[in-house]
Amino acid sequence: MMSNLIVRTITQLGRWVRVSVIELGLAFRTLCAIVMGGLNLWKRPRLVTTQLHFIGNYSLIIILVSGLFVGFVLAYQGYYTLSRYGSAEALGLLVALSLVRELGPVITALLFAGRAGTSLTAEIGLMKAGEQLAAMEMMAINPIHRVLAPRFVAGFIAMPILAMLFTAMGIGGGYLVGVQLIGVDEGAFWSQMQAGVDLWDDIGNGIVKSIVFGFAVTFIAIYQGYQAQPTPEGVSRATTRTVVLSSLMVLWLDFVLTALMFN
Amino acid sequence: MTNLIEIENLGFDYGDRPLLSAINLHFPRNKVVAVMGGSGSGKTTILRLIGGLLTPRSGQVRLAGEVIGKPGSTALYKQRRKMGMLFQHGALFTDLTVFENVAFPLREHTTLPKSLLHDLVLLKLDAVGLRNAAHLKPAEISGGMARRVALARAVALDPQLIMYDEPFAGLDPISMGVTANLIRRLNDALGSTSILVSHDVHESFEIADYVYFLSEGHIVAQGTPTEMMASTHPYVEQFVHGKAEGPVPFHYPGKSLARDLGMNEA
Repeated sequence: MMSNLIVRTITQLGRWVRVSVIELGLAFRTLCAIVMGGLNLWKRPRLVTTQLHFIGNYSLIIILVSGLFVGFVLAYQGYYTLSRYGSAEALGLLVALSLVRELGPVITALLFAGRAGTSLTAEIGLMKAGEQLAAMEMMAINPIHRVLAPRFVAGFIAMPILAMLFTAMGIGGGYLVGVQLIGVDEGAFWSQMQAGVDLWDDIGNGIVKSIVFGFAVTFIAIYQGYQAQPTPEGVSRATTRTVVLSSLMVLWLDFVLTALMFN
Repeated sequence: MTNLIEIENLGFDYGDRPLLSAINLHFPRNKVVAVMGGSGSGKTTILRLIGGLLTPRSGQVRLAGEVIGKPGSTALYKQRRKMGMLFQHGALFTDLTVFENVAFPLREHTTLPKSLLHDLVLLKLDAVGLRNAAHLKPAEISGGMARRVALARAVALDPQLIMYDEPFAGLDPISMGVTANLIRRLNDALGSTSILVSHDVHESFEIADYVYFLSEGHIVAQGTPTEMMASTHPYVEQFVHGKAEGPVPFHYPGKSLARDLGMNEA
């Protein structure tokens, strides 16, 4: 009885390891094919610009509004803490560093996964369910190169730009609440920020993070769509998986990148 | 070589369920060949195996003497340039107009001048009677019309092999007759080979040169439509004349209705 249980557990573990290795290999192979397809897209930039419009422009509103509100809240919370230590004039620096190094890339990536990621997964999943990808295959057109690669490149480009816009809006929001509403000195707000934010160490790190997040979130979204079961439930499950996996991946990558950046 | 497609000892399973067992089929050049059989008999699977969308468990499919390439291989994409396929539900690109759908393979594979491409697409659409629907999106046309657009798209590049998966399903009688004639005329005009997968006995027999009947993973009968009409094979008789009684049960195998209702079986 006991030996049966042990054998069954080992069998299940073995199966899980085997399936995971196959999944990982398949994902890596797909990623290589997407990157290879992406390298050829310079001949057809229109495919990328069209997707850039769908992925980037349509995510703009939610990113800008969220950035503004995060800036508002940061200014309130920052002022509350800093004023207890008599450092309210450092509010601009606190808002900028929080957004540039951390909140800008991370929150943008999470919002991007929810807005653009789900849309990419659902679109590709439904194309698969409607046999559009199979039809493309039968026309001797590789759907990885024609459908997945342009979306991947567009997501990869859009994400850092959206993160920068989020950060800029957040700083604007922080200025409105901190300077205009609470009354922190305007000169101190901007000069502390200018003096304390380093182009490479802070802004550069934030951009590197947003590029990595863009890569991860976009790949997860299109891969989930491509591997979705071609049924309504399958597409629904793939869309959910995109949000869950992307969010966890962003948080994990953020931890790893932050640790690397702080040595 | 007289056969464009040769299928030898083909076997295919869906998971643990065997679907096709050592079947042999030949599709001669310039002919329209129908593959008929009940639902789930593996007709569409044969088309997918020819197109390289599925890989056989055993045996092989040859196009003009060459074995169909492995999925994703350059050889397979090269072979697909010679094929056109009409999917059961059309599989039109929903974000493109009817015109753009038909223009899609031409734009991807040719460098035709804009005006020539425009005229060519309109001629293809005219052949299926939908030239005036060129500006519409797939969501704005009926299922039957979508299938006709898909037909125009499938033959856009004048392929050597055209595969039709249930081209008559859901069409009104007029469209059905026109589509059947179109399949025959296209085949003869392009000098191509057509494989027709269908349930529709009348229309298929009208245009096919040869018919294969598929059941339970095997070819159970084959011959010209005239031979099949006169056939006394129980499966062919049941299928051609639409009889409820015969080797193909109407009900899914299992318990009887009486037993399910808790009644004593006589």
